[in-house]
Amino acid sequence: MRLDEVERAMLAGEMGPVRQMALRHQITVGDFFGAPDFVPVSQAHVMADTESLGEAGVAWLEALARHPASERRVRVPTITDPRGTDFLHAKLLGQAGWMLTLEQRAIDAFVKLGVLMTDTCINYQTVQAPSRGEHVAFGDTGVVIYSNSVCGARSNFEGGPSALSAGLTGRTPRYGFHLEAQRRATLHVVTDWTPQTLDQWGALGGVIGRLAGHYWAVPVIEGIERAPGSDELKHFGAAMASFGSVALFHIVGVTPEAPRLSDVVAPGGALPEHRVGRADAQALEASYRVDEAIDVVVFSGPQLSLLELASLATLCDDRRFVVPVLAVTSPQIKPDADRMGLTARIEAAGGTVLAGMCFYQSYAREIAQANGWKRLVTNSAKMVNILGGYGYQPMLASMEACVDAACTGRLA
Amino acid sequence: MNTFTARHAMGERVEGIALVAKDGFSARYDLDRLQGVFSRPAHKLAGQSYRDRILVLDAAKGGVATAWMLHEMKTRGITPLALVFNAVNPIMAQGAALADLPMLAGFDCDITSVIASGARVELIPDQALLRVLG
Repeated sequence: MRLDEVERAMLAGEMGPVRQMALRHQITVGDFFGAPDFVPVSQAHVMADTESLGEAGVAWLEALARHPASERRVRVPTITDPRGTDFLHAKLLGQAGWMLTLEQRAIDAFVKLGVLMTDTCINYQTVQAPSRGEHVAFGDTGVVIYSNSVCGARSNFEGGPSALSAGLTGRTPRYGFHLEAQRRATLHVVTDWTPQTLDQWGALGGVIGRLAGHYWAVPVIEGIERAPGSDELKHFGAAMASFGSVALFHIVGVTPEAPRLSDVVAPGGALPEHRVGRADAQALEASYRVDEAIDVVVFSGPQLSLLELASLATLCDDRRFVVPVLAVTSPQIKPDADRMGLTARIEAAGGTVLAGMCFYQSYAREIAQANGWKRLVTNSAKMVNILGGYGYQPMLASMEACVDAACTGRLA
Repeated sequence: MNTFTARHAMGERVEGIALVAKDGFSARYDLDRLQGVFSRPAHKLAGQSYRDRILVLDAAKGGVATAWMLHEMKTRGITPLALVFNAVNPIMAQGAALADLPMLAGFDCDITSVIASGARVELIPDQALLRVLG
């Protein structure tokens, strides 16, 4: 990779061993993908729940945090993905003390590195959305696909070590979705169906993700009849990323890089065409319906926006739950939900509003065992794709159906 | 032919026994990382130990957690010796870089169909080569 003067100084250790390590790591990755040079980034977003980090990852962060402040602090605004707990509700979740200790150690280290503990996977709704063409180093697949597709920003999937490295150096290797040519569509998806509910948007995203199948695939979707809202695109993209490892999609006439189909198709290029519709999304949803009885209802993955919490609160009025209901939001939204009475309305029905965590990144297997949870219902297609790997029987349904199920213990 | 050229390469030279399957790889969802075995029942290598084997698989899958998990596995000494994929995503490359695991990816053939499980192979990342020794 070509290095500029600042990068050569970092690599030589003139800006301390932390930045030297970070740049070396980035060069290894950049060389692997043939990156010609680095591109400056304006923000980094670090995924670092302690289930993933383990003791080794936390110790690695702590070692970085022991260096002098001038050498260890990030150079561009660096924020965090959800933590592995909501400390106020850890007992309710059945989390063990060692999990909380590990979380606190990670937080302490991040703070010393100058990282802003935003603890959110919906930073594009709550902190600051990137603008079109802005190069960033984001580290949650749902955040990356939304930022690339809906905002028109430039990011690869940056795992925790790489996102933190980008924060420390202020740059990232220029490969993948930082390159204009990589952002062209590779498959054409035609649909005659525009979903109405968030679970339907997630299911359609999951169907397209499976079709796309890998990170370098870029679907362009034609046939969506209206401009979807932010929460709809959030579920659509998060599911596509989860089912297919996809980092960028275009919707003709909706997303900023695709006013017309021809804007995202290489000149003379003919794309493989697929037709998907309501039946495909229903089939995906039906494939997870293994039982009627349920143990727990979870709204998470991604964290809920204020508008989603408002919808949920309305559905909870005058209801009484017979199974636990967990609604997970960001630390930025929770105070608003408290102030506006949304939290109280959800909790009056027997639910719990949690903040700053993500259900599947919070030792999901262990909390299932601690609480006897197996049959889980959610309106998040991303969650049903992931939680099977943690021993759950996840089922997908609309928010309304989830609330009804919470009142009866059965999913109709 | 017993030598294959990769489009992407990192790490030091290494030699070992191949463990091969036409299946994906996610550190979070496919492995029992404490025991060092493939644990997802539907995985084609379910029940087999990956410890000190050169894994030859189809594609890197899963979310961003793998970037941390390979490092965590390395500190406990229960890792594959190296990774070889037909297709790889940035997360796997970032994880292999942090864990200092040799990795090759991207071949002109389906690498899982031309290497036999149990074969002795050599990775030569500085030349982007995979060589079958026997």
